[in-house]
Amino acid sequence: MANKILVFIEQRDGQIKKSSLEAAKVASDFASKLSGNAEALAIGNDISNLDSLGSYGIGKVTHLKNSDLANYSPSAYTELITKFVNDNGFDILFFGNTSLGKDLAPRLSAQIDAGLAMDCTALNFENGEIIATRPVYAGKALVDLKITSAKKIFSLRPNVFNPGTASGNKAEINLVNAEAPKLNVKVTDIKKAEGKLDVAEADIIVSGGRGLKGPEHFHLVEELANVLGAATGASRAAVDAGWRPHGEQVGQTGKTVSPTLYIALGISGAIQHLAGMRSSKYIIAINKDKDAPIFQVADYGIVGDLFEVVPVLTEEIKKIKS
Amino acid sequence: MKIAVCVSHVPDTAAKINIGSDGKTIDPNGVTYVVNPYDEFAIEEALKTKEKLGGETVAISLGSDANKETLRKALAMGIDNAVLLKDGGYRDSLSVAKALAEEIKAQGAELVFFGKQSVDYDNSAIGQITAELLGYNCISVAVSFALDGNKITCEREIEGGKEIVETTLPALITAQKGLNEPRYASLKGIMAAKKKEIAEKSPAAATNFTEVIAMKRPPSKQAGKILGSDATVVPELVRLLREEAKVI
Repeated sequence: MANKILVFIEQRDGQIKKSSLEAAKVASDFASKLSGNAEALAIGNDISNLDSLGSYGIGKVTHLKNSDLANYSPSAYTELITKFVNDNGFDILFFGNTSLGKDLAPRLSAQIDAGLAMDCTALNFENGEIIATRPVYAGKALVDLKITSAKKIFSLRPNVFNPGTASGNKAEINLVNAEAPKLNVKVTDIKKAEGKLDVAEADIIVSGGRGLKGPEHFHLVEELANVLGAATGASRAAVDAGWRPHGEQVGQTGKTVSPTLYIALGISGAIQHLAGMRSSKYIIAINKDKDAPIFQVADYGIVGDLFEVVPVLTEEIKKIKS
Repeated sequence: MKIAVCVSHVPDTAAKINIGSDGKTIDPNGVTYVVNPYDEFAIEEALKTKEKLGGETVAISLGSDANKETLRKALAMGIDNAVLLKDGGYRDSLSVAKALAEEIKAQGAELVFFGKQSVDYDNSAIGQITAELLGYNCISVAVSFALDGNKITCEREIEGGKEIVETTLPALITAQKGLNEPRYASLKGIMAAKKKEIAEKSPAAATNFTEVIAMKRPPSKQAGKILGSDATVVPELVRLLREEAKVI
């Protein structure tokens, strides 16, 4: 039996999330491997550029539209996707493991009785089966697992799967009005931290720790992040001291991240922190203590005074960028 | 109102994780187990809600006898009753959720708190699955919780901000750090918890939809190059970032 594969397309403010493009590419790649077919499903009010999903191998995208669905509603989204999956016989679902995907994918697992692999960082195809690799214990270990039920759900860690270059193909859009969505649980408002890039989605992260000596010195972290177009992160020590909001915490009781570049300023590298960022592609550490564990995972290190080094680094990068 | 809180017993976040001899689970030797950190916020919110509105609280945990330690901690913090769903072996998220949903239903709890994830398998899934199985409204990753009559309003952490989410009872809320400041157990609470009985029940057999093939260590990262000790090496660092790493 050929597999029917569905990728859920997440939108915020009518724009498709990058993590959904990554998931779309994975879905269409597995459709080829499984001699199946991959479609996409988006839920929202106005959504821009849905046809661009064709660039990532998707032939058809269904848009369930209603002005009440512009913001996330867990109950409505769950009900609509469940019905769409059951009516059309999809058996493999892909989500991006974003705050929305993390909330939604498990609900679908319950509704359609599908095995679930969350936060996958690799998917391999062996003997006709999808083998998912996912971090456990905040990345201190990895498990390879397979889903044994007929229906399967995979949620993919953002920034890990490469969507490749856009082919320029256009997807067919199937616009459907979603009547009377079930709004039992509804987002009524969103408070945005203005202009803030989130560590979980950023390609570059600049993080600060106890070595900053106080919240008044985090402008050093922010200025370097600004010139790099990076998100700002923090160690648990900095968060627990009340210097930074919890949303910035990287590590086992914060966010586990895999950016291309991670710059650790004044972070010694507790085991919980290393677990949360060690899969970053390039790690730079600036710390006074040459024995700090962070240097064991850093590609490049400077054992020195961050108050001296960081402003020079920020200026140097500013020069290149201008 | 009956309030349930589901708790898991996990390796301390400071624990070093080694792979067990079966190649599929961790080696528990030398690992200290604690209450899942996010569950402490769930316990605190259950207690605060009871203090405000009255009712009865029950903590539920699925696992081996070792989980009693975590249930005792919940009792010591002030939870009224505790239930251990005694079960060894591997259960995936769906299978755990099915057992918890059965017990929550048996308890008649209208409001349920979970931690947003267990820091062992890190799925962030069991709360939402349990809510769907029960037909309860669910808000995950809550950093604030307000109950007014039947109406619930939470703030939920998302990328770069917070969503304000509204729903009604019956409901299941998963707790994120920031929701509250968990209390310490008092000496009196600890003494009282020792005397309390933990009810033991046998959940329905596991029906797993996933199978772990192997657990492995993450690829080891080699310590890199120390470039120097002051700002004079910054141009070299920038050159490496541009030419080798190609990130700027």
